[in-house]
Formats: sequence, C-alpha cells, structure tokens
Amino acid sequence: MSGSLADERLAEAGQLRLTWWRFKRHKLAVISLFIVILFYTIAIFADFLATADPHATDARRSYMPPQGIHLFDENGFNPHVYGLKGQRDMKTFKMVYVPDPSRKLQVEFFVKGYEYDLFGFIPTTRHLFGVVGGTPVDGVFLLGTDQLGRDLYSRLVVATRISLSIGLASVTISLILGVLLGGLSGLYGGIIDTIIQRVIEVIRSIPTIPLWMGVAAALPNTWTVIQVYFAITLIISLIGWTELARVVRGRFLALREEDFVIAAELAGAGQMRIMLRHMLPSFTSHIIAAVSLALPAMIISETSLSFLGLGLRPPAISWGILLQDAQNVQVLAGAPWLLLAAVPVVLVILAFNFLGDGLRDAADPYG
Amino acid sequence: MLMYIARRLALAVVTCVAISVLTFIIIRLPPGDFVDAYIANLASTGSNITADQAQAMRVEYGLDRPVYIQYTLWISRVVGGDFGVSMMWRRPVTEVIGDRLWLTMIVSLSALFLTWIIALPIGIYSAVRQYSIGDYFFTMVGFIGLAIPNFLLALILMYLGFRYLGLSVGGLFSAEYAQAPWSFAKAWDLFKHIPLPACVLALAGTAHQIRIMRANLLDELRKPYVITARAKGIPERRVIMKYPVRAALNPFASSIAYVFPYLVSGSIIVSLVLGLPTVGPLLLQALVAQDMFLAGTIVLLLGVMTVVGTLISDLLLMWIEPRLRLTGHS
Amino acid sequence: MADLDKPLLSVRDLAVEFQQPGGSVRALESISIDLRPGRVLGVVGESGCGKSVTARAILRILDRNGSITAGKVTLDPATATPTDLTALGAQSPEMREVRGGRIGLIFQEPMAALSMQYTVGNQLMEAIRVHRDPGKAVARQRAINLLREVGIPRPESRVDAYPFQLSGGLRQRVGIALALAAEPDILIADEPTTALDVTTQAQILALLRRLQTDKKIALMLITHDMGVIAQMADDVAVMYLGRIIEYAPVGEVFGAPRHPYTRSLLRSVPSMLAKPRSRLATIGGAVPQPNARPKGCPFHPRCPDMIVGRCDTIAPAPVPPGSVGASCFLVEDAAA
Repeated sequence: MSGSLADERLAEAGQLRLTWWRFKRHKLAVISLFIVILFYTIAIFADFLATADPHATDARRSYMPPQGIHLFDENGFNPHVYGLKGQRDMKTFKMVYVPDPSRKLQVEFFVKGYEYDLFGFIPTTRHLFGVVGGTPVDGVFLLGTDQLGRDLYSRLVVATRISLSIGLASVTISLILGVLLGGLSGLYGGIIDTIIQRVIEVIRSIPTIPLWMGVAAALPNTWTVIQVYFAITLIISLIGWTELARVVRGRFLALREEDFVIAAELAGAGQMRIMLRHMLPSFTSHIIAAVSLALPAMIISETSLSFLGLGLRPPAISWGILLQDAQNVQVLAGAPWLLLAAVPVVLVILAFNFLGDGLRDAADPYG
Repeated sequence: MLMYIARRLALAVVTCVAISVLTFIIIRLPPGDFVDAYIANLASTGSNITADQAQAMRVEYGLDRPVYIQYTLWISRVVGGDFGVSMMWRRPVTEVIGDRLWLTMIVSLSALFLTWIIALPIGIYSAVRQYSIGDYFFTMVGFIGLAIPNFLLALILMYLGFRYLGLSVGGLFSAEYAQAPWSFAKAWDLFKHIPLPACVLALAGTAHQIRIMRANLLDELRKPYVITARAKGIPERRVIMKYPVRAALNPFASSIAYVFPYLVSGSIIVSLVLGLPTVGPLLLQALVAQDMFLAGTIVLLLGVMTVVGTLISDLLLMWIEPRLRLTGHS
Repeated sequence: MADLDKPLLSVRDLAVEFQQPGGSVRALESISIDLRPGRVLGVVGESGCGKSVTARAILRILDRNGSITAGKVTLDPATATPTDLTALGAQSPEMREVRGGRIGLIFQEPMAALSMQYTVGNQLMEAIRVHRDPGKAVARQRAINLLREVGIPRPESRVDAYPFQLSGGLRQRVGIALALAAEPDILIADEPTTALDVTTQAQILALLRRLQTDKKIALMLITHDMGVIAQMADDVAVMYLGRIIEYAPVGEVFGAPRHPYTRSLLRSVPSMLAKPRSRLATIGGAVPQPNARPKGCPFHPRCPDMIVGRCDTIAPAPVPPGSVGASCFLVEDAAA
C-alpha cells in the first residue's frame, strides 16, 4: 500500500510544499535563492566582513586603485598586501601614495579593527580579515578607495545593509497595502472594487519618479539619517503596491468561485475568516513570487533616488550613495573602480528576478 | 464604444486632477510658504524685501487664505497658462522650461517606438521557438536588461565612450546647434543624437515587453483556435501571425500605456547622467533649490502629457480590438 | 461514389510519444481504426485517455514536443493511390491539403475554438480560399451558404458578426461550418457537444447526423459520453490510457460488452431503467498519470476481475486491426 501512502503524503503536502518541490527544479532560481541568502548574510555580518571603518577618511589614500592580496611569496603561502609609501609626483609636485613592494603587511583572519556592534548589540572589534601592523594609512584596498580615501570594499559591504533592508521594509509596507486593498477589491467587488481599481489606474498612469523626487526633495534637511530612512522607505513602498494589489485581487476573484470557498461560505464562516483561513494560504506562494518580483523595483528606486541625491544622505551608506560618487565621467575615467558599486546592484536585482520567476512558475505551473 | 471613450476620458480627467493635487502638495511641502523661500533666496543674493512687501506678496498669491482656496487660485491660474515665476531664474516658468518639455517627450516617444520594434519580433520568436537557444539567449539578455537600472547603463556607456573613444556621448545636440534657433539642420542634428539615449531608456522596458509578449503569445499558442486554424490547412507561419500573434498584441499594446509613464520617469534620471537638455536636470535643480513653482510645473506637465499619451494608446487599443470596440469591454 | 465498405482512412498501430522534462511519455500505443464513408466511429474514454491526441496525430498537428513513433495513417487505403500521412512532412503542402481539404476538425469548446479577433466570415472564407480559391466574392457567398446549411438564421448578417456576438450553440454551428468549408469527406469531431447545454447538444448532434448522412461523410466522433455514443455511433472504439481496449459495433458494446472497463463505463451512465434510488456505479480509483503507466494491462489496478500474476505483469495483445474484439486476457481465455 505504499502507493496510497505516497498519495496521502502528496495530498497532505499542501500548496507551499508542492510549490517548493516544483521550485527546486528551476536550477537558476535555486542558485538565485542562494545568492539572495548570501547577500542578506553579508548584510547581517556587514561590519564583521568590512576591513576598514567605512566612514574613516584619509586624504593621503584618496583614489587608491584596487589592491590584490598576494597569496604567495618566496616563503610559500603567505597572504599579504603591500604597505603604502608617499612619493612626490615629478610633474605636479604633489604627494602621491603608491604601494611599496618592500613593505609586506600580513593579511590575517579575525583581526582587531574598528569597534562595532555585532547584530546591533554585541560590541566587538573583531573582523573576518584584515592587515596587522602597518601605519594608519595602510590597509587592504580590495576594491580601491574613493576621493576621501574611504575603503570601497568596506563601504560596499556596509551599504548592503541599508540597500537590502530598505527594499525589504518597503516591500512589506507595499504588501500590506496591496493585500488589504487588493483583497477588499477582489472579495467585495462592486463599487469598492471599482473605486480601488480606478485609484490604481490613476496611480499607474502617473510618471512616479518626478513625483517622488518632489516628495523626497521636500524632506527637511534637519532630519536624521533614521528619519530619512523611514521616509524614503515609505515613499518607495507607495510606488510598488499597485502591482501587488493587482495580483492579490486577481487571485481573490479566481478563488471566490472555487468550491472550497463556497463550501466555507455555506458552512457559515465569516468573511474575514474565509479570507484569512481559506483564501490567503492558498495563494501564499503567489504572494511570495510577487514580492520577489517587486523587490528589484524597490531596490532600483532607492538606488535611483539616492543617486540623484534626493534619497538617503551621507553619512548613510547605500549603493545609490556610492554610485553618486561615480556620477562624473572625469572622475570615473581616473577611478573606474568606483563603478564596481554597480555590480552588487545588478547581481541582486538579477537574482531576485530569477527567483521570482522560478517561484511564480512553481506557484502556478499552468498560469 | 462611446461609453468606453467616455470612461477613458473621465479617467484621464480624474488622473489629471489627482496629479494637480499631488503637485500642489509638493509645492506646499517644504516648510514655510513660497514667500519665505523667496525671501531666503533673495537674501542669499544679498537683496532684501520688507515685511510689508512680503505681506503684499502673500495676499497676491492668496497665501493668507485656506489651503483649498490656494489650490483653486493656483489651478485656475495654471489652466489659464500662468504657471508662476521661477525663483531661481527670476523668469516665468514657461520660459525657463521652453523646448525642454518637448525634448523630453521626443526622447520618451523614441524610446517607446524602439521598445515596440525590438520587443515585438523578439517576443514572437521567443514564444514560437520556446526553449530554443535563441529563446534562452534573449531571455538571458532580457533578464540582464531588467537588472541594469537605466541610469547605470547610461553611466557605463558614458565611461566607455570617454575612456575608449575619447568622446562625450551625452547631449542631444552638437555644440553648434545647442543654442541655435530651430531649423531643419538642428532637427537633423537632434535626430542623429536621439538613438543613444533612446536605447538606454528603452533597454529595461524592452526586456519587460519581450517577456510580456512571450508570455502572452505562449498562452495564446496553447488555445484551441490555433489548432482550428492549423486544421484548416493554413501554412504554419500564417497561422501564427494571423491568430495568436494578433490576439497577443492586445495585452501587449495595453501594457504600453504603463510603459510610457515609466519611460518618462526614466528619462529624468537618464537625462541627468547623459546631460540631455530635457526637463530632468532642470527638475532636479529646481527641487534642490526648492524652486517649487518650477518643480511643480514640470511634474504637472509631465504627468498631464503622460496621461494624454496613455489616452491615445487606449484609443488605439480600442481601434484594434473588436470586442472592445463593439461591446465596450473585453 | 466511394464504396461504403471501403475505409477512407485507416490507422494502423499508431504510437505517439511526448518529450517532457522527466523523459518521454507514451500517449498512444497500437491504435488501429478505420473510418468508412457514411459511418460514424465513436471513440469513447475518460479524459486523458488519448482521444484528442489520436485526432491531432491523424492531422499531424501534435504539439511541438509530440511525435509519431510508429504506425501508419493511410488515406484512401482501398484505392490505387493510398497516401501514408505519417510519411508526409507535417508542414508539407500535401499535408496541408489534407487538413481541411480531406479531413475536417470540429472542436470541443466553440468559445475557444474560434478567434475573437476576426469575423465569422473572415475565418470561414479563409478556410474556403486556402484550398481552392474561388475569389473573394464567391467565397463570401459560399460562407453564407455554409452558415445556412448548418442552420444559422440570417446568415447574410451573421457572416459579418464576431464570434463573441453569437450564442454557444450558434458558435458550435460556425465551428461545424468551418470544418465543412473545404468539403472534406472525413470529419473528426472532438467532444463537439461537451460544452453545450442539453437542448443545444441534441440540436448539434442532429445537425451532425444530418450532414454526415447527406454527404456520406466518414465521421470520427470523440466523446466521453456513452449516451452520445449510443445515439450516434455505428462502431465504437473504447480507449483507456492511450490504447483501444475494445472495438466493436455499437450494438455489441451496449448489448454484450467484452472488456471489464467497458462494463464499468456502462454502469456509470445514469439510466431511466435503473432501479429507483440505486446508487450510480463509479469506477474505483482514478486514471493513472500517463507517465506512471502501470505494468501489464493498464486497467488492472482498477479492474474488478484482475488476475494476479498475469494482468499485472504482461499486457494483453491489442485488438487486431480491422476486427472486433477486446484487449483483455479474460476475453482471450473465453475465446480459446
């Protein structure tokens, strides 16, 4: 009777598990899931992974090109970077700092560095890796430095935190709005549906960026980083909820006619109960897919606003803020590594798109 | 059909009103009123006005009245074509904006056109040859296109052009035409400069539209009427082009209505990076300087023009979709 | 006129496979049927048993991942010029000439089988003109005549209507007109009445019957409804999981069904003559997934008369082409 047991297992597996089984077949989506998890892990352990204080400026190491870690030397395996030495440029007579192969700095694991709070509440100075010894100007410049001599790698790692969390926070607000309004629209239909649909249509036919630019620009200069962060989150979430509402409404309309919902209605279950207990669970996977597809737009919005100087403001560090430094072609020509900040943006958006696509296929193999 | 047109028109009007309210809110958002900002602006250049003069200005602009009256005053002036004076430039807003609005529209429309002519054939190909190497290739390119924010693409192109070709790829006009009055030569110069920004702007939208066209067409290809058509003995190419492609065109065409606002939005940022003389850079300057009449007017005009564009695309859709034309809904 | 006993189309040992991510799935196996002028072959079976695939395989319009792996589909087998359709290219001009020109297809859902983008006349005229183009004006007149022939009132105005402006019954009549457009002598009707209400269903069946008798058409009627079979068919092929498990004249199928599956099918039909308040029989279990085809006789897991060690290990031989019988060990044993 193993066959019928398997059948039962299949029947009990429920929508979510079935979706997961189908999802696992999409190789690219699974890889993307790992990339997304990796990025969020980086965000959580950002300070631990950083090699230098992302805010620490030092004019002497302005625009240092990326510096590789030399893994071997004449003594075999011995990871090290070169120290910096100042020398005078014979044309401009300015002091420039260049790597000095004669001075090797050991790269070690779990070194002491700047102080931070792990998970926000455990004060520590340990970092995954870094150099020991050396002068204050020395460091591992994996991805080079910016104009103010700040280590791009460390800033990029720390920026992950804000850029990813702002996307997540915005999508959560969007989701609440979308499920609520889309649900109302799909559940009650009639005049409520008409009104909500028209509102969505109106919002969708407005070019949003100029509008939100206007709102973002009006945020008082006196606001703290945290206040601006929340305001921007709210602004971004207002951009994305219409699509989520559309998905939710569509599912509700389809489900309203399903037998099990009618059965629940006949059994006398209340509207709210039907919605929460019977309908929502049956399209959780659709919602997860829609969220995953909405996230890239949120991340792009934050990046764009900050890039324009209307989003988050320094000293906050986000990908958009890092890219702001790369706005000028003359600067870029001298320090092309500043464009590296674009890599994680593209990578994360790509991963979320693949992930969302895989999830959607898995949630709705026939639609 | 008339019902449908009436509904679309009503919706367009409502949208314009909504945009005007939002614009008004934006104008009002910065702390203090615009006279405060004006005074601050004057003070920064060293001149001053008296408290009486300030009060006179407040009365003139109705700033001492309730908000909804201020809105009515403002909107009735706007409808009459008076958009106020730019503080930053000390000139009427319309003069400051000048050709920029039209250039914005030209760039956005070119991008829209490009989106259409690229996305349509590729979408059809990808659906008909689903899971072929070409399909995978375009899907991959499409995903990457979606993942690169267009300002980033503009940035990369600028860098590559500067670094390897030694030229500045930005702008919409050659130097000799930038300030010149309109002429045929200037229009031709514009035409030569349009492709690059249009491509940059169109990339993400095209990727999106390819996916929409592919998905729609895949849906349609599965439908029984395709088999009916095949069973008639029509050549396969004609089966596909006449039936499923035709049906998939409708949702594709209606999605253009959402792509257009998106392109207008995108043109703002891309213009900044590429230094295009559209309203984009002006809007940013105005916002940063809190020149709210200028910023508000730009937002309002962009919004209204987008709504008009959307309306036109809706009417086009009605024209190509018999069910919409005959019954008013599809 | 063709000899009434000579088949117009004969299918021999047809097998079809679909390529799927998990491997290939065999959808049809050893299918053999004959379509004779003026006669109706009823093909009956539960959904997913391969009835529609058979129709599409004959017309060579399988989905891209499906292919004919064995067997022959011969047009005009009794004449001096038989054509093996499986030997033709699916997109060859010869094959396209057969589609519509020799074999017409009527579809299940009249709503979905017609394009909503073009008028009825446009779709009909296309079907007329693709084979022997008589010019636009003549084609239009023919389209109107066709609509009249299938019993559509006011055909002169309906020819310019869009399908969504017609009722379900009228749409199905348009579907029939479409299949008849190029005057084929073979019709395949794939569940032509399933989506219609009972009254319309009866009208459409009567229309099909009339056209088929008048024009001496060989009709292959695919359905899951034993009632439709009883009303329409001369011969019956009962299909289960991609095989024909019984092939017999309609009287024998209802009077003396051979295969246990046919018997269960008949028991599950509501009957006026049944004892009041008796339960309608159902067939235990469900049709297995095609990719999880049981070993041995495909019906054995649900068969009440299953012989352990035999039915679940080897498959019974298919019904020999052109003859009457059932693919079942019980029947083989009884005959021996």
